[in-house]
Amino acid sequence: MNNYIGWPGTYLLRYLLSGLLFFMHSAHAQLDVDIAYIKLQQEHRPVLSNILPEPKDAGLRGAELALQDSNTTGRFLKQTFHLRTDISDNPEETLTQIQFRYEQGIRLFVFDLPADTLKTASTWLAKASLNTGTTDDVLIFNTQAKENALRVNQCIDNVLHTIPSRAMLADALAQWLTEKRLNKWLLIKGSTEADHAYAQSMQRAAKRFGNKIVAQKQWSFDTDLRRLAQKEMPLFTQTEEYDVVVVADELGDFGEYVLYNTWYPRPVVGTQGLTPVAWHRVVEQWGAAQLQSRFEKLTGRWMDSKDYASWLAVRSIAEAVTRTNTADTNTLKQYIISDKFELAGFKGRKLNFRTWNGQLRQPIPLVHPRSLVSQSPQAGFLHPSSELDTLGFDAPESQCRLAKRF
Amino acid sequence: MKKTQRLTQFLAISALLLSVQTAQAQTAYVSNEKDDTLSVINLDTYEVTATIDVGQRPRGIILSKDQSKLYICASDSDTVQVMDLSTHQIIKELPSGEDPEQFALHPNDRHLYIANEDDALATIVDTQTSEVLAQIDVGVEPEGMAVSPDGKIAVNTSETTNMVHWIDTETMQLVDNTLVDQRPRHVEFSKDSKVLWASSEIGGNVSIIDVASRQITHKVTFKIRGVHPDKIQPVGIKLSDDGQYAFVALGPANHIAVIDTKTFKVLEYILVGRRVWHMAFNADQSLLLTTNGISGDVTVVDVAKMKAIKSIKVGRYPWGIVVKSQ
Repeated sequence: MNNYIGWPGTYLLRYLLSGLLFFMHSAHAQLDVDIAYIKLQQEHRPVLSNILPEPKDAGLRGAELALQDSNTTGRFLKQTFHLRTDISDNPEETLTQIQFRYEQGIRLFVFDLPADTLKTASTWLAKASLNTGTTDDVLIFNTQAKENALRVNQCIDNVLHTIPSRAMLADALAQWLTEKRLNKWLLIKGSTEADHAYAQSMQRAAKRFGNKIVAQKQWSFDTDLRRLAQKEMPLFTQTEEYDVVVVADELGDFGEYVLYNTWYPRPVVGTQGLTPVAWHRVVEQWGAAQLQSRFEKLTGRWMDSKDYASWLAVRSIAEAVTRTNTADTNTLKQYIISDKFELAGFKGRKLNFRTWNGQLRQPIPLVHPRSLVSQSPQAGFLHPSSELDTLGFDAPESQCRLAKRF
Repeated sequence: MKKTQRLTQFLAISALLLSVQTAQAQTAYVSNEKDDTLSVINLDTYEVTATIDVGQRPRGIILSKDQSKLYICASDSDTVQVMDLSTHQIIKELPSGEDPEQFALHPNDRHLYIANEDDALATIVDTQTSEVLAQIDVGVEPEGMAVSPDGKIAVNTSETTNMVHWIDTETMQLVDNTLVDQRPRHVEFSKDSKVLWASSEIGGNVSIIDVASRQITHKVTFKIRGVHPDKIQPVGIKLSDDGQYAFVALGPANHIAVIDTKTFKVLEYILVGRRVWHMAFNADQSLLLTTNGISGDVTVVDVAKMKAIKSIKVGRYPWGIVVKSQ
């Protein structure tokens, strides 16, 4: 609360200056746009397959590339974008950082946070912005939390999701399996909350597209699969016959050892094997090769889903600023959620946000580590307004009514 | 006995072919992006007569005014190659800046305006002295490039910045920018240099821009039965010399649209190969040839009948195309 009371001074000073510029609105007025990128660095517990850990700066570098892209565009319009980055490994500290950025006058946030921190932070920001009594409020992009609940019943104000929900990923995979007539699934999962959530999304997808889960098992053995996979896995996967093994193991604790070790010689899909992702190095079509090479030049590594989600978040803000020529958060929000908004995201279609729950509609690539296998939605999965809405939660399936609250 | 017969037959046919070729058969050159080759097509027989190795990832290609030389953007070799068309030998490599994708030749037949896709730059090169005359900062992923027929203005599109950038060819400086819809790919001037056509691949439309005011005056949109609107992705544009028609390649919609340039109404959609990218006319503009990226072929369209009449298999990912009239 103290923090909150402290804000008007800095806020006023800042806006006296920038407000002048806003009202001029001419193409030649210099416009500065501040975006806060907040990351909570999480400790991952040790996993069996620890060969390829997630890069520490996953997400951040995507935002940085988008900033670079947007400033190249911005210099023709006298728009300059700034990224204020805060990284912490402590949720308390993260919240303090967010409050500090708000007090500095920042209203545009990119959150690389787990769901619970995201909810706490967004609630705090919503309250703070309501209390100002002005129409000015905040716009938040979620680039990490894939929780379905955030799109269905735990709706949070001011939040747009550029990362696909687990349901979107699961539906993308299930459509492909359905198309391939791989209808009988063995579902195996790890023990984490995330694994259960992933498995649940796969169950939902099985039902939606008329597939059958012949058996479901949880991996709980304590064996060292690096030595014993060939012995353990066939036994573990010896069930009623299936067409495919669906793995739910987000951290890669045992899933990597399932391939080629199943009781029946069947493909492995899910978090390992054929994997639905927001982004991967193997996506090269639709001009994606250019984005990949820009990213590699900047970072020296491959671009992953989180980098892509952050890139989309910053690009969404910049695209709205370019088209509306303002940094006023409310105008940007209205524009982004309107049908005028379109973003080129290197997936062969224009991307935009679902008005009910703020989820970015996007095709989902299905990849294995060295090539792109397919991209969902699959042909033939129809929808009255957008085929992309066959992935994830459609309006009737969600209680969220974001547009009304924007 | 049989052998000699065959030989005479062979010689006769060869002679015939040769005489056809000397009787000024028109030739199409197609760059195959994934094969690092050019396909050479005889437009009398519609056959590929040669496949020539060139630099890596060849995309934009363009003829010199006298049609004796072919300029090739070898994107991954970071160079523009110059091919002598009488010998099919690369005779020169021009400094193009990194990752040249598309380019345009100034009516002075000397200055090449090159889009450097990875570097957000446009490079101007003197083809005679191989000198880089200027490098101009443009938007992210510069792509389309055109010089007005009167030679005064060059324009470049940037795919991620979503702008048309206007360059004064005399001062070689950027003078203005026009915001267009998502992923502008290709630009084409009308013959009188007064109107600019710019396609937006993801925006799904073509902006008609008044060159004097640099304002968009009209947007052409497309609708094809049975094709999802998102799959209609305009790329290449060709304007007929008589000023009547514009042809727009619609990418994964697998069609080209024929537009009346007076009313901006779409008159016809012609089904061609898969993911149609760029186009070229033959000399009298009775034929229009399209490169189809995914199906790896070239479609020949009869312009009068507005119908595809032939498809010719070329290399992988055919990209650019030009026709040498003799």
